[in-house]
Order: sequence, then C-alpha cells, then structure tokens
Amino acid sequence: MIEIRKLSKWYGDTAVLRDCDLSIRKGEVVVVCGPSGSGKSTLLQCINGLEPFQQGDVVVDGIHVARAGRALPRLRARLGMVFQRFELFPHLDVMDNLCLAQRRVLGRTQGASEDKARVLLDRVGLSEHAGKYPAQLSGGQQQRVAIARALCMDPICMLFDEPTSALDPEMIGEVLEVMNQLAADGMTMVVVTHEMGFAHRIAHRVVFMDGGRILEDTETAAFFSAPQTERARLFLSRILSH
Amino acid sequence: MDGFDFAVIRDSLPFVWQGFLFSAGLTLFATICGLAFGTLLALARLSGHIWLSLPATVYVNAMRSIPLVMVILWFFLALPLLTGKPVGAERSAFVTFAAFEAAYFSEILRAGILGIPRGQLQAAQALGLAPMQTFRYIVGPQAIRPMLPILLTQVIVLFQDTSLVYAIGAKDMLKAAEISGKNYNRPVEMYVFIGLLYFVICFGLSRLARGWSRGRFAA
Ligand SMILES: Nc1ncnc2c1ncn2[C@@H]1O[C@H](COP(=O)(O)OP(=O)(O)OP(=O)(O)O)[C@@H](O)[C@H]1O
Ligand SMILES: [Mg+2]
Repeated sequence: MIEIRKLSKWYGDTAVLRDCDLSIRKGEVVVVCGPSGSGKSTLLQCINGLEPFQQGDVVVDGIHVARAGRALPRLRARLGMVFQRFELFPHLDVMDNLCLAQRRVLGRTQGASEDKARVLLDRVGLSEHAGKYPAQLSGGQQQRVAIARALCMDPICMLFDEPTSALDPEMIGEVLEVMNQLAADGMTMVVVTHEMGFAHRIAHRVVFMDGGRILEDTETAAFFSAPQTERARLFLSRILSH
Repeated sequence: MDGFDFAVIRDSLPFVWQGFLFSAGLTLFATICGLAFGTLLALARLSGHIWLSLPATVYVNAMRSIPLVMVILWFFLALPLLTGKPVGAERSAFVTFAAFEAAYFSEILRAGILGIPRGQLQAAQALGLAPMQTFRYIVGPQAIRPMLPILLTQVIVLFQDTSLVYAIGAKDMLKAAEISGKNYNRPVEMYVFIGLLYFVICFGLSRLARGWSRGRFAA
C-alpha cells in the first residue's frame, strides 16, 4: 500500500533522510521510533507530500507522490494524519472541524457529513461535545477529535506523529485506547511514538531511525527481545529505564 | 481678533458637509479597493512563485518608500497619459488612494497570514484542502480577528491623509473649511472647528479599534 524506495531529503547541505526503504502492507501497524531529530516526522510528511524530497520514490496506493501534481490533495485526503499538537481548527466547533473537508474535498452534503461525523465522534467517545470549540476540550479530547476528523475522510491509512507526547500522562491512555481499537479493526497505521508499551502490544513491525537512516525494520517481538543494532539497543534501554 | 464667531461655522456647515462626504467616500473606497488589491498582493508575495512575488514585492516597497503627496501628484499627471483624456482631480484621487493603501494593507494582511501556525496549514493540507480552500476556510478566518484593530488604525491614518488631495486641488473636508474661512474672512474659527472635527472622528474610530482588540479575544 505504501512503498518507499531510496528516499533521500536534504535541507540545504544537511541530509535529513538518507536512502530510506520501507514498505507497508494493508492492515499493517508499523511503529517508527528513534531519537529526536532522526527524521521521523519528515518521513511521515514525505508520505503524504507535505514535504518535498529530492531523491527516491514514494508510492501510495499505486500513485507516485512526487508526480501526483493536481491529484495530490485527493491523495492526501485518503491518508489520515494526526499531529502532536492536535491542530484542530480553533475557529470552528467540533462538528465543523469534522465536516469541513468532507464537504469541500469529498463533496459530501452537509447532512451526509454530519451523519458521518456523529458516527465517528461516538466511536471516540465524544458524542456530547459536537457543539464545543477546541479550546473548551482537554488535550486528550482534542486529540480524539483530531483522530475522528481524519477518519471522517475514510482513509486507507492513518499516519500518527507522536500523538500522545503533548498530553498530560492521565490523558495518554484514552488516546492510545482509541488507536488500539483502530488497529483491532484492521486499519493500516504508521505511528511515530515513544510509547514502547503501546508499540509492543499493537505494532506488527518496529522501524528504528537515527541520523536520517532506517537502521532497523524488525518484527515487533524480535525488536524488543534482541535489537539488531547497538544504537537501537541503547535507545531502548534509555527509553525503557524511564 | 474680535471674539470667536460661531455663526460662520453654522453658515459653512453645508459646504463642509460636502467636503466631509468626499473625504469619507474616498476613505471608504480606498479601504474596500485597497483591501481587495492588498489581499491579492499579499497572496502573490506568499505564493512562492517568483514571477508573482517579485512584482508584488517591488510594488509594495516602492509605494511605501514614496511620500503620498508625490504619488498623488504623479498619478494626477500620469493617469491622463494612460487614459488619453483628462481624469479630474477627484477621480484621480480615488485611484491613487486605492493603489497606495493596497501596499500598506497588504503588509498588514501578510503579517496576519504569516502569524497562523504552520501546523494549521499542514493539517488543512493533510485533509486534502487545496491552497485556495486552505486560505478561505482556515487561514483567512483565523488571521482576520487579530488584524482588525490594526486595519482600523490604518483606516484612521488614511482618513487623515485624504487631506493631502489639496496638492491636486480636490475639495476634501479640510479644503472646504479653508475656502469657507477665506470667504467669510474667519480662518481661525474654521481651522479650530475642522481640527476638532478630525479629532472627534479619528478618536471615536480609535476607541472602536481598542474595543475590538479587547473584546474580540475573550471568545
Ligand atoms: N525546515 C527545516 N529546515 C532545516 N532543517 C530542518 C527543517 N525541518 C526539520 N529539519 C531538520 O531535519 C531533521 C529531522 O527532523 P524531524 O522533525 O523529521 O525529526 P524527528 O525525528 O521527527 O524529531 P522529533 O522527535 O524531535 O520530532 C532535524 O535535524 C531537523 O533539525
Ligand atoms: Mg517529529
């Protein structure tokens, strides 16, 4: 479903991604981890074309992202993205946050959009909050709305960029629970996270990045019991000792 | 000087009113057209296309580096060359102010647009919104609120600047007062009166701007 081949990206002279290869099949849950600045966010943003890249190929559902041109917005609409800082639209209430892109991008009617939005709000446990503005919600609630907003577009794959790292500890659980449920329903997911317990439970594979390279791409159980590289071992021991 | 003569103010009111209508009309016209053109300029500068942003940048910086009086004179002299027939001081002033204010408005708009966090743009794009949709539904509505007081302040400056049309002989509020003062031989009364009038109008508007900047953000 997602094929990344020999992907490289530079900011000026500094390489942020180097020769990355990654393929994600339908229904797979892949966790991406690695130290700060290793290029995890950049990798995600190359997948939906938010960031341009200089070398290699990114193919999503048979479409080359770099050559999508006018088809790029439609392609993006099929990849749900969830950000660290939620990025709900503060001037719109929850319902409008969920309906805007359904109407303007997918061309759904207001009625159909609202029906869809209600189903997904219910799924993330926020039915009673449809009329509130983002600022009136807790961080955990905002992130769940953001997930619902992405799901409204019927994505073929969800991309998560550290969805819980801006949250207070007591709110992390509610967001992970929603993601758990998604994975159980068979959603294809790429998740950048430092929540190793979560990774252990739901990931099929773990990708470890450092310095813009993919150093490991290992089946989950194997990654946690015996990481192949010294750097991944160090990273794990440091993160698990927290 | 034999006392302050209020009668002259009363008698010249209709004439001053005509001048006020011109100044207010010019302000309104320049605000609306300046905002429209200014939005295009701001978008051109932010577009990332060199052949859009470069001309816009040159235009904005040129307008902001030349004194308004000179622009007024230049347009007055140059416009007839373009249209091939005399334009008239009033119409020339309308075109000039719209073109001049557009440069200032575009800078205010550009700053407001740049003030929207990058994450909001990314979220909009990630949902599949096209650039113009992102501007219309996400960036524009969020940028406009904090800009309103600054825009209104610019409109106040614009209203004061309309008095500069004296350079091409158009009859604005100040000019009307000056003419009345001469006709009745009571210039002091008229200048005091017109100064008060500018003060009341501009101070009132600036109060409005302050009220906006306070009240609007609570919501
Ligand atoms: N606009 C930019 N200009 C220059 N360098 C950038 C830019 N954006 C990111 N970088 C650099 O690219 C590298 C990778 O950044 P990226 O955000 O992908 O890392 P990350 O793995 O997501 O880190 P974090 O865990 O902190 O989110 C970093 O070294 C960063 O400094
Ligand atoms: Mg990151």
